[in-house]
Amino acid sequence: MPIIEVEELTKRYTNSKTNAVDGISFSVAQGEFFTLLGPNGAGKTTTISILTTTLAPTTGSARIAGYDLVKEAGAVRRNAGIIFQKPSLDLNLTAEENVRFHAVVYGLYPFRPTFSLMPKAYKHQIAELTDILGLKDDIFKPIKTFSGGMKRKLEIIRSLIHQPKVLFLDEPTVGLDPASRRNLWEYIKRVRHESGTTVFLTTHYLDEAEDADTICIISKGKIVAYGSPDTVKARLLEKYLLIDAPDRNKLRTELNQLNIPFNETPLFKISLNGTPTVHQLLKTIDTPLTTVKTHNPSLEDAYLAIVEE
Amino acid sequence: MHEANAITVIAYRDLLKFLRDPPRLVSTFIFPLIFIGILGGSFQASLGKQVDFNFLAFTFTGILAQTLFQSSAMGLISLIEDRENDFSQEIFVAPISRYSIIIGKIFGESFVSMAQGVGILLFAVVIGIPISLTRFLILLPVCLIVCFFGGAFGVIIMSNLNSQRAANQIFPFIMLPQFFLAGVFSPLNNLPWFLDLLSRISPMRYAVDLIRAVFYSGSPEYNLVVIDSASINFIIIAVLFGLFLVAGTFLFVRREQNR
Repeated sequence: MPIIEVEELTKRYTNSKTNAVDGISFSVAQGEFFTLLGPNGAGKTTTISILTTTLAPTTGSARIAGYDLVKEAGAVRRNAGIIFQKPSLDLNLTAEENVRFHAVVYGLYPFRPTFSLMPKAYKHQIAELTDILGLKDDIFKPIKTFSGGMKRKLEIIRSLIHQPKVLFLDEPTVGLDPASRRNLWEYIKRVRHESGTTVFLTTHYLDEAEDADTICIISKGKIVAYGSPDTVKARLLEKYLLIDAPDRNKLRTELNQLNIPFNETPLFKISLNGTPTVHQLLKTIDTPLTTVKTHNPSLEDAYLAIVEE
Repeated sequence: MHEANAITVIAYRDLLKFLRDPPRLVSTFIFPLIFIGILGGSFQASLGKQVDFNFLAFTFTGILAQTLFQSSAMGLISLIEDRENDFSQEIFVAPISRYSIIIGKIFGESFVSMAQGVGILLFAVVIGIPISLTRFLILLPVCLIVCFFGGAFGVIIMSNLNSQRAANQIFPFIMLPQFFLAGVFSPLNNLPWFLDLLSRISPMRYAVDLIRAVFYSGSPEYNLVVIDSASINFIIIAVLFGLFLVAGTFLFVRREQNR
């Protein structure tokens, strides 16, 4: 059974003429690393807000860990961990207090006003977290003193202490420098490895989607590409050859005779995906050519082309 | 038990935030002190001889109620902004009842306002307003009731607003008339019928009157300054509190989810 099932999900904000999310359907398997990719305004945050129950869908339905989003919102919340786009740490509190408050709000431990009064199991968990983060005594310091990358890590750790089945990450690396970004990614990978949590990521960085099991590209609220990174890449990266001749009739007849599929755009466009190399192809054509152009886009070119369509 | 813990932790966080913000601590006390000291003092000097009661004490009780009511209400309204910026995001996706969130927030903001209330009470003693120790101790829980009431009023206002900016613009329009309709600075005697009506639907009126009913009970001035008995005020406050809380939470959640 998939851990996330989304069916024909649509959201139209009040006073808006278009759908922010427009009838999207997909499913995510348990333990999968799923990436929702798209430019700003594509509907990523809207989707994640609906899936985390803070926004009601206009039509359509979704189930998280088997629970209906609307009818069983409480159960959905218990099974989800969320890292918001904007940091959700309380800067006036210490790192430990932030974690403690989360744990209490999620019903893991009873509330006690100080750390020393908290149950042993909790203290043990904090010691573990401190180790993972390499924080030592800083865990008792106000968050104000933490770096951006450190804060993000703390948020991730915090969201995992109630052992959610799905971890939602809404553009978690926005605003981080390259070193912190890489460091955070290594950390997320390790967490995924150790906890087996399903990860639902939204991002507008193509490279962050490389390690995903499934990529889902959305643009203007609609899914425009879906599949494993390799299949999406293959689809995105359409390599082709453009040729032209003064005598187009002759070229057309010859290509037909050679059984080479083509499109007239009006240049003759011949796909190179899986077919012979440019060199072999040109050798077989006798018609004198005036134009020969190869098209070999980078992944980023292809992504931009598809989201700007 | 889970919900009770959640309410406590939400309330505790508000209090902790307040205590760790020294500038806010200081500024919290200055405004009411200016009001009571300067306004009450000047009223007493200019008008005090024309009325048969101590104007300074009258203004003090009014300002005490108004400050507690207003600062709790404003605390709740901060939730509009918080839900997008800080730890409140966390609270809104947590597996707890929406009522627990709002109640926790009302408690938290009430305790913050109470710190202010205690400050005002102590200041009153310093400037010579007659308060016995017993009266002081009785006033504390009454002040807390006024804070809860103000918080619930904040919920119903907030549930109809979209942004902090809208709140900042609308709030003075809702609060300022109540200063006068609730009789914070001037007694509510001989009001024309329409002002009387407006006064009766001003929630702050009952907060002010409750504080005065307790403060003046047993004193000869009671009949001059108190409108309804403490128990009537308390019942009205309790009913409005329940109404504001339930309707406000319902509207707030609906507004949040159906943007």
